[in-house]
Amino acid sequence: MARLARLRLSEKEVERMVGELSGILEHVDRIGNLDLEGVEPTSHVVALENVLRPDEPRPSLPRDVALASAPEPQGGAFRAPSPQAE
Amino acid sequence: MTDLLQLTALEAHEAMVAGDLGAEEYTAAWREAAAGDELNAYLWRDEGGEEATAIAVERDCVAPIAVKDIFTTEGVPTTAGSRILEGYRPPYTSTAVRKLLDAGAPVLGKTNMDEFAMGSSNENSAYGPVLNPWDRERVPGGSSGGSAAVVAGGLAPWAIGTDTGGSIRQPAAFCGIVGLKPTYGAISRYGMIAFASSLDQCGPLTRSVSDAALLLGILQGKDLCDSTSVGIDGGIALPGREDLSGLRFGVPAELRGDDYDSGVRSVFEGTLRKVEDLGGEIAEVSLPSSEHGISAYYVIAPAEASSNLARYDGVRYGMRAGGDGDLIEMYEATRSEGFGPEVKRRIMLGTYALSSGYYEAYYGQAQKVRTRIAEDFSGAFGSVDFVVTPTAPSVAFKLGEKTDDPLAMYLNDFFTVPMSLAGIPAISIPAGLAEPEGGGPQLPVGFQIASPAFSEQKLLDAAYALEQGIGFDARPGGGAGG
Repeated sequence: MARLARLRLSEKEVERMVGELSGILEHVDRIGNLDLEGVEPTSHVVALENVLRPDEPRPSLPRDVALASAPEPQGGAFRAPSPQAE
Repeated sequence: MTDLLQLTALEAHEAMVAGDLGAEEYTAAWREAAAGDELNAYLWRDEGGEEATAIAVERDCVAPIAVKDIFTTEGVPTTAGSRILEGYRPPYTSTAVRKLLDAGAPVLGKTNMDEFAMGSSNENSAYGPVLNPWDRERVPGGSSGGSAAVVAGGLAPWAIGTDTGGSIRQPAAFCGIVGLKPTYGAISRYGMIAFASSLDQCGPLTRSVSDAALLLGILQGKDLCDSTSVGIDGGIALPGREDLSGLRFGVPAELRGDDYDSGVRSVFEGTLRKVEDLGGEIAEVSLPSSEHGISAYYVIAPAEASSNLARYDGVRYGMRAGGDGDLIEMYEATRSEGFGPEVKRRIMLGTYALSSGYYEAYYGQAQKVRTRIAEDFSGAFGSVDFVVTPTAPSVAFKLGEKTDDPLAMYLNDFFTVPMSLAGIPAISIPAGLAEPEGGGPQLPVGFQIASPAFSEQKLLDAAYALEQGIGFDARPGGGAGG
């Protein structure tokens, strides 16, 4: 599960979390037994439908501004390690 | 100087507009007060330096404001209480802060908070806990604990925060101030760093109900940058109602358990009598699904958080860790070093709830409970104008008291989560003082009033009348004042 969430947990963290998450899930599991057959799940609390705006071009962030917060900008792009280990 | 700081934000605004109060002098007095922060409540303060140029206002005419550090503010450090955003200076300003600046409200500073707004005590901040101005050994509540502490502690005239499951109302209650969570959609979420998008809502933390109304009037509105924003039809006027005659207040029948402190109960029951003294009628309503609110919330909010927080990947902004490894190693190292324990816990919980094979049992079921909770409220509002509860089951608890038991911490949101799930507005006003269960000096207790979606005006009017009737004037440190 940690791998799916892109987290690396130490053994100590895993040990602690297993206990905590079991307690929380036990509480949460109470809703598992409710008979909610036919109840519509909430997708949005306010009745909104097809919110549209005019399709007009607007200026967006200049490239240098967008890159200013990046840990490793390079050549006008975001640099990241290779997806494949070398 | 001190006299200036006693004014409510509304009084100061009216004096500035009338020309009786110099905006510069007033803002300077608050800057000086904010600089005396001993509560760890501010993460950044405007000291007039270079960082402040992007948030300069043309003309001060609205009281300066403290802003929870979850609102992106161009050029100003914005961390959301997380190590992963340390040093981040956003390239744009959130709509809420933009509206404040346009109205003429200088930003005093950015306030401490639980990391990504996940917490009920402010102990989950990567930058250390905020102390409660009433008792520095106690928490201010969370996640908008910094915003509540600066208002209660005389470090800001008013503040904004965000509420996902009680994060404005509970700290307001713990600090003895007013906190309003508006209807979902009343205020734009653009530039408000996302925790659980279907629940997150910006709102005021203030000394008075009138201040909350003034602030909501400035903040509310539809925004092209947030397609879920709606605004409040007709805007918000200052409340002026003097009694509660003709109004019906519903107390949930399910509330009559022993699941909250006796001190809180006696203040709550005393407030119900006050409602009747003011001409209001108390009735019983039934909210049978609310008892499942915490279960549904702690599926839905972590699920949305696990998805929202996927963006912190060490590529476009924020910190990066991982050295020479490949991309996945970099992601894992960055997120493991950048996120604190509570955020990791919720990401794990959310990832589990959304994983194949469990989705229907957890997320699907929780969304159906949510529908039931909303239906309970609609049913109740067929016979009453408001639903009232205590804001929190206890007064402010001690630092460290619940950090080893996440479930106990989550249960603190018992009274506030149902309104969040239903998307309806709710306000907490200070109703009195009570002794903590373990003994000690008296601490504030909040009274929560909820009303139908987009009925904020009616809610503020009633809260105002009740506020006048209660006459709460206790201040941290035992003093009474204005």
